[in-house]
Amino acid sequence: MLERRGHNGPAFRFSKEMLSVDNLEVFHGPIKAVHGISFKIDAGQCVALLGPNGAGKTSTISAITGIARATGQVLFEGSDISKTPVEARIQRGISVSPEGRRVFANLTVEENLRLGSAASDSNTKTSIAEFFDTFPILGERRHQSAGTLSGGEQQMLAIARALIAKPRILLLDEPSLGLAPKIVGQIFSLIGDLKAKGITILLVEQNAAQALRLSDYVYFLNNGRIAAEGTAESLGKSDTLMAELTGIS
Amino acid sequence: MEYLAQQMMNAFAFGAEYALLALGLAIVFSIMGLVNFAHGEMIAVGGYSMVAMAALSLGNPMIVIGFALLAAVVASVTLERVAFRPVRYADPTTGLLTAFGVSIILQNLFLLLVSPRPIAVTSLYFLEWSIPIGMVSISSLQLFEALTTIIVIVALMLFLRQTSLGLAMRAAALDFEMVRLTGIRANRVFAMAFMISGMLAGIACIFIMARRGSVDPHLGFDPVLKAFVACVVGGFGSLPGAVLGGFLLGVVEVAMLVLLPQSLGGMTDAFVFGIIALVLVWRPNGILAARAEKGDKQ
Ligand SMILES: Nc1ncnc2c1ncn2[C@@H]1O[C@H](COP(=O)(O)OP(=O)(O)OP(=O)(O)O)[C@@H](O)[C@H]1O
Ligand SMILES: [Mg+2]
Repeated sequence: MLERRGHNGPAFRFSKEMLSVDNLEVFHGPIKAVHGISFKIDAGQCVALLGPNGAGKTSTISAITGIARATGQVLFEGSDISKTPVEARIQRGISVSPEGRRVFANLTVEENLRLGSAASDSNTKTSIAEFFDTFPILGERRHQSAGTLSGGEQQMLAIARALIAKPRILLLDEPSLGLAPKIVGQIFSLIGDLKAKGITILLVEQNAAQALRLSDYVYFLNNGRIAAEGTAESLGKSDTLMAELTGIS
Repeated sequence: MEYLAQQMMNAFAFGAEYALLALGLAIVFSIMGLVNFAHGEMIAVGGYSMVAMAALSLGNPMIVIGFALLAAVVASVTLERVAFRPVRYADPTTGLLTAFGVSIILQNLFLLLVSPRPIAVTSLYFLEWSIPIGMVSISSLQLFEALTTIIVIVALMLFLRQTSLGLAMRAAALDFEMVRLTGIRANRVFAMAFMISGMLAGIACIFIMARRGSVDPHLGFDPVLKAFVACVVGGFGSLPGAVLGGFLLGVVEVAMLVLLPQSLGGMTDAFVFGIIALVLVWRPNGILAARAEKGDKQ
């Protein structure tokens, strides 16, 4: 199950570093949103990036994909990609399900997926039909325009669109935002399945309780700085931090 | 009866030409929010290339047409590289001013390097036939124009639905950044938009040349104005809107030519734009305005 990760890179070793970020500063015009953070994600891990609104989580994701202007180093599978254009980073195997889902509302579900797989290597491409087995709801709605999907279905589609490119790492930005508790449960069980398949995941969430359950390691971001980090268990033991994470004080 | 049929054919042919022109503007506008006023100069480039072919005594119509199309496409793609790439993500006013600047520079280049006077272009004999159908006779120009436009629209639809790049272009109209986040290179999407736009200008150029018979430096102004009006009426940024706007403009124009009394003949354009203004009172954003729907439901 795990050897698929190493299909064109060096042979798979456990705890091989997939992505690491060193002294990252992210800017939006003149505003500095992230003040020199460093963290890393090993292959096969699910790492959570938690924090309140405006902490700089989305800014961090944008710096990893190259959308936002940033200084510092982003290492992906050992090579520095800080100067690499957005499209090339995606083609190397970074996929994102962005904040706000951003499905292409004027395209059908199937067209969204075709676009998701368009830039990836054609011989590693899963057929879309095969994909609908994992996402039966999307299969039923394949010819429907994505704008007519429910919020939960759009989130599924956003994740599916990222996955169909067979990424080496999947960046998920608040996949549970604005969804009913039942749907949130479905989304997290999907993320759990992906993790079980050995997919490396960076999970940005405000739903700390759920994210902590899934993650191997957690970084807690506040005001653009890492305020705390540790394994889910170690962070879960700290009552004050737990209160802050879950927003209950 | 024959008169009516004849005028309907006229309206259709005019409409087809405006639809081609409007599509050329709309396809670029839809993905980068740029009203490319230099689109008219692509038509002039096509026209001058036809002159150049005549000068080289290459009179074969297929070569002339092929070369005119190629010239318009190359000019359009070059413009994207040279002039519009630097202002790609700038605000729309900057893009608009750049387009005006490019348009003026090209017109002046034509004035300086070629001639300020109209130059006759090679006539394409198969566009000068008269085809009798029952009681009416239509010109082969009108027939080719209508058929070509239909083929172009169908081909464009297939391209936008079936190919990855076509899908990317439709998606880019909504969220370009997200298209880049699927790994599709922005440069390819922009280049393709300008390539298609140039191709449409080249096709329109053939018919405009067949009708006018000559090319001059300011040739592009009138077509681009008509294209702009068609886009506004149809809904700027909407491709079906551009086609609809183009045909509507053709119909209104022919109707005014036919219905207005001789004494008001010089006022045709005023009446045409008056009617267009009324349409905009009814639909301020154009008939098929692109809805501003985003992917997320909030
Ligand atoms: N495009 C932008 N222009 C200006 N400032 C921005 C922009 N995007 C983010 N910011 C600022 O950067 C800071 C971090 O924002 P960011 O979106 O990264 O936070 P976040 O942790 O993702 O928050 P949320 O949980 O609300 O999504 C905020 O102060 C925000 O106002
Ligand atoms: Mg965010």
